[in-house]
Amino acid sequence: MIHTFSGLGGHFVLDAESGAVHQLDELGLALLTRVGPEGPMTDVCPPAILAALSRVWPPEEIAEGWDELRQLRDRGELFTPAEAYRAPEAGRLKALCLHVAHDCDLRCGYCFAGTGHYGGARGLMPFETARAAIDLLAARSGGRRNLEVDFFGGEPLLALDTVKQTVAYARAHETEWGKRFRFTLTTNGLALDADNIAWLDAEMDNLVLSLDGRPNVNDAVRKTPTGAGSYEKILPGLLAAARAREASGKDYYVRGTFTARNPDFVDDLLHLAELGFRHLSMEPVVLPEGHPLALREEHVPTVLAAYDRLLAIMRERGDFSFFHFNIDLDGGPCVYKRLRGCGAGFEYAAVSPEGEVYPCHQFVGKAGFRLGDVWGGSWDDALSGRFAALTVETKPDCAVCWAKYFCSGGCAAAAVNLNGRMDKPYGLGCALQRKRLECALVLKLRD
Amino acid sequence: MKHVKTLVPATLKRSAQNGGCGECQTSCQSACKTSCTVANQKCENTRIRKQPSENQQFSIGN
Repeated sequence: MIHTFSGLGGHFVLDAESGAVHQLDELGLALLTRVGPEGPMTDVCPPAILAALSRVWPPEEIAEGWDELRQLRDRGELFTPAEAYRAPEAGRLKALCLHVAHDCDLRCGYCFAGTGHYGGARGLMPFETARAAIDLLAARSGGRRNLEVDFFGGEPLLALDTVKQTVAYARAHETEWGKRFRFTLTTNGLALDADNIAWLDAEMDNLVLSLDGRPNVNDAVRKTPTGAGSYEKILPGLLAAARAREASGKDYYVRGTFTARNPDFVDDLLHLAELGFRHLSMEPVVLPEGHPLALREEHVPTVLAAYDRLLAIMRERGDFSFFHFNIDLDGGPCVYKRLRGCGAGFEYAAVSPEGEVYPCHQFVGKAGFRLGDVWGGSWDDALSGRFAALTVETKPDCAVCWAKYFCSGGCAAAAVNLNGRMDKPYGLGCALQRKRLECALVLKLRD
Repeated sequence: MKHVKTLVPATLKRSAQNGGCGECQTSCQSACKTSCTVANQKCENTRIRKQPSENQQFSIGN
């Protein structure tokens, strides 16, 4: 399977099964467009294609172009047949998302956590529960050395004491267990101050800061419990945290969400860049159809145009990065990683404040998706196995998609929440993902 | 070649030869939390010594 695409004045073809990418001239693009994404590519240019293109190019040049493409095919870099990669055995947990707070000091209109409480009681995770979660992660991780723990919520800074004790506990056991913990914390920024910024800078490998962009856009959705906008209250802390990360050279992202209110989100990203933030992410909101903030099919052309506009801007200025346009074509993940994506349910799981374990942060509290608990109770291996069995080859929509080895099958939670089944990806999200990948490839290849 | 220029070679099959150690970052942990992108993740094989037992969990079938 191949995919041709254009951008920034260039034409390209991706060979989906081999990962090879080639730049094409106008003739090369015309030839592959007529062959189609599935081929087959014959040894000699078919008469129908020759006749059609002879109105533009001399026959001998068409034959020359065809022969070059055929050479790529013979080298295994074009129309490469699908390989039956067998996914590694699952069962080794390597990342936990700790919901240290099922409470929040904001009331955001699109929150998948139901403004922080995930449909249950508001509450904080005691350290004893977090410690048991760390023990569970270490025990179930087998020989894996790098383990990840993400402090999430709700708003995790509401449970900063638990966070600090958990980090100290895990660090104290790294040598004994032969593990290396990487910590991430995602915050709305409201409770950031000089002291906790310094602590977070010292202890967190990554810090994710939430801000949606321009004041009016942010404040329309990200509100305080009294209904006031949050922008003015959170900005000083977010800026101070980002400056600290810049100074120490540690990772951070300012992460926004765009909704039906701002499908042309580029001005919001540029606002973040003008504020001085350098590492940016802007996520499409995922909400059920009918929610006033949900993206609908009618928004897709606007969003795709926004990605094109962002691509052109990023080509001209290199002072910020955009998470979804980052791509590693040389040292990226191996094909086994690409078969199954995020690992929810078998490599990655989330823990509620009460110690119950779910396949990921978006499944927490969802009926029928409880994996187990951190107290040594039974573990739903069958449910874990259902997640592990989901690969780009077992999902029919993914198996025929050129982007399968880049997105790795999409988000299982979105598939369940919007399609009611794990093996059918969220189509609107796929359309946006494919566009982001094209832009990422073009940006990288035109460097 | 005059009409085609290879920018990225066939890397996927090559990655199958030494891949599958599982030491890489969980993709949803980095920044997104709501969408899945894997291709922007780094391979950890270039930075750490792989665990031999972890490298024997996969194979390529036909």
